[in-house]
Formats: sequence, C-alpha cells, structure tokens
Amino acid sequence: MGSVKVYGPAMSTAVSRVMACLLEKEMPFQLLPIHLPKAQHKSPDFLKLQPFGQVPAFQDGDGTTLFESRAICRYICDKFAGQGNRSLLGREGGGAADRARVDQWVEAEAHSFNPPSSALVFQLVFAPSMRLKQDPAAIRENEAKLRKVLGVYERRLAESRFLAGDEFSLADLCHLPNAHYIVSATDKAELLTSRKNVARWWEEISARPSWKKVLDMRGAPPA
Amino acid sequence: MAVKVYGKPQAVCPQRVMHCLVEKGVPFEFVLVDIDAMEHKRPEYMEKHPFGQVPFIADGDFELFESRAIVRYFAAKYADRGPNLLGRTAEERAKVEQWLDVEAISYSPCAFTIVFNLFLLPIRGLPGNKGEAVAAMEKLDKVLEVYEKQLSRTKYLAGDEFTLADLTHIPVTRYIVEHCGLAYLLDDKPHAKAWWEDVSRRPAWKKVMSFVASGASFYAP
Repeated sequence: MGSVKVYGPAMSTAVSRVMACLLEKEMPFQLLPIHLPKAQHKSPDFLKLQPFGQVPAFQDGDGTTLFESRAICRYICDKFAGQGNRSLLGREGGGAADRARVDQWVEAEAHSFNPPSSALVFQLVFAPSMRLKQDPAAIRENEAKLRKVLGVYERRLAESRFLAGDEFSLADLCHLPNAHYIVSATDKAELLTSRKNVARWWEEISARPSWKKVLDMRGAPPA
Repeated sequence: MAVKVYGKPQAVCPQRVMHCLVEKGVPFEFVLVDIDAMEHKRPEYMEKHPFGQVPFIADGDFELFESRAIVRYFAAKYADRGPNLLGRTAEERAKVEQWLDVEAISYSPCAFTIVFNLFLLPIRGLPGNKGEAVAAMEKLDKVLEVYEKQLSRTKYLAGDEFTLADLTHIPVTRYIVEHCGLAYLLDDKPHAKAWWEDVSRRPAWKKVMSFVASGASFYAP
C-alpha cells in the first residue's frame, strides 16, 4: 500500500485545509508541491488528477484519487473513522443529527464565509506578492459581506462553543486557512478579534496542534 | 409529524430538498416563505435561519439549513429506502462528495449568475447585466467540458448510479435550459446532453415539478 499524497503548495488555503484534517486524524502523508507560477496545475499529468486544474489533488494509499478540499476532508474522516480525532463529523454516537449539524456549518463556511474571505485574502495577501493591482471596490464589498457573516457567527458562538456544537469539528477546521491569513497577514484582523465570541473561538481553534503543524510545514511562524 | 420545508417552491435550493424527499418517498409540508416580500430577511424567519436564506427544514424537533446539508441528512436517514443517493463504500461516497462540491463551487455560481441576469431580473422588468451573463456562460461552458469527459466514462457524475451529486444540479440546470435559452451549451457535449435528458426525466423530479405547479402545501408519496 502506497502513502497518502496531497498535491499542491502548503501556502494554498484549500491545500492546508486538507493537511489540517490529515493531521487531526494522525494520518501520515506526503506533500507533493505543485508550482502554480509555473502552471504545473495545468499540466496534462496534473489534469488527470484534477480535471479543473486546481489544487489540491489527493491520492489515497490504495490509489483512490479525489479533488475538492472539503470532499477530501470528509473522505479522510469517513475512511479513517477509528483513528485520531473521532468527532470531526459529529460526536461518536451522535447519529444523523450530529453529522447534519457539522454538514450545515461546513456548507455555511463554503458558501457564506469562504467567498468574501477568499476574495479578501487574494486582494490583501496574494495580489501584492504576485505584483497584481488591488481592487479597492472588491476589498470594500467583501469586507462588508464578511462583517455580516461574522455577525451571524458571533450570535451562534454565544450559544455554542464551536460552530456545530460543543466539540471541535470539520466545520471549524474548514475555516482555519482563510481566517489565519486574515488575522495574521492583513490589517483586517479586527473582523474576527473585535468580536468577543468569534475571538474566543478563533483563539481556541487556531491553537490546535494540527494547525500549528500546518504552519510549521509552511515554514511560517505561527500567528 | 411531517417534515416541514420552508421556502419558495419555485426557488432552486428548496427544489433540491423536495426532489430528495420525493426520491425517498418522504411526505412533507411546504411552508411558503415569501422571498419576493423579503420575508426571509425578517427577524422571525432569521430566528430559524441566521443567514436569512431558503430552504430551512424542520424534521420533528430537528432543524437544519443549507440545502446540501439537508439532502445529505435525508439521504442518510432514509438510506434503506428508494435509490441509493450516497454510494455504498467510503470511496463511492467520496466521489459523491467531490461532485457535490464541484456543483456548489464551480457549476452553480456561474449558473446562478446566468439565471439571475437572463431570467430573474427581466421578469421583474429590470435590466440584466448581459456582460456578466456572457462571462458566466463562458465559464460554465468550460466546466461542462470537464463534465463531458467525466460522463464519457461514467453514466452519472459519481459513478454508474444516480446520486445526490447529480440531483443537486437539476433545479438550476432546468432554469438555464428552459428559461435562459441555453440548451445549446449541451449540443456539442453528447454525454452531458444524455445525462441531462436522463436526470431531468426522473419520475421523482417530474413529481416535484407537478407539485410546484399545483400550488399544494402537502406532498404525500
């Protein structure tokens, strides 16, 4: 049986989502870098793994290949259910309802949190490093959207320690990459840190050893 | 107590949920939320759905939002009834999850932009943004090229059986094909075209369309 392989740069938010999940599950893996500036993600070999030419791509020890970071995370949690963190998809014995609550907040991350936070991360972190012109209107618009979303999170996290309930789950994990960039690499950290419950939640989830290990693997100092 | 589905019956995301329930033979009550009158943004509704969106469901005391979380919940709860919508092994499920995410992240955002600009705004007498619609159509065409390759290998997106990954595409694709004049996007993609014809003819989907047209509140299988 081969090893688990993750293809993509560790700096990528979607790649680091998968890395964090593998680390929570104590699943050893190989990170195979894909050099985006050299368009390696558009090479014919890579397109066989990921036909949309995006990162990450994933290959299981038994040859199963997958793409879409959240689908990969769900697979890792299902396939390796018995090892590492066993409550990423709901408490053990929590049944369909617990799993559905996690699914609900993974979807909320994907559709409400990710679009504005990704846009801000691109504009404020990646565009400058790629010498691309920033778009002030896009920054304003996405900051306003993210502020609204975090207002909802603030109310939710007043009644619940983590998003889906009282235990850390995949729903919280999915937020780590974008939130980390916003808090540590932009001047918009207050979007999270000025809200009492969101700040508490952020401090707790970003202190998890799995996330600190992801940051180590990137070679960046932890936030 | 029957499942309650809150939303507008013509809206895409509630239709996904209704389709899943009909496939599984689960009765439900459809509770109208008047999104044209912004009812979904009023405090009483936002008590249930903190993001002020539709659909929202109540299954007895259990409440849930996000249509793709809802369909996963019912597909798992009623796994032993009707078609298998989630795959049978971890690997099969992973392929379903993969294509569900592709629909959510790569397919639907383009499709919604098209429907919004070429259908929803015009029927309200407002000008749609043709430039945005055209850009979205070009993106969607490229996405459909990837679908064409996949569907030349498997009958459905995640394998050889119809699953949630196919189901979640149906409502918005119907709008694109029937209300935005974009059936031609499938003309040079024979496998994607055959897939669309197959999934859109499913008896359960036809029942959803009849239910929506009837204006009824209660669905019984």
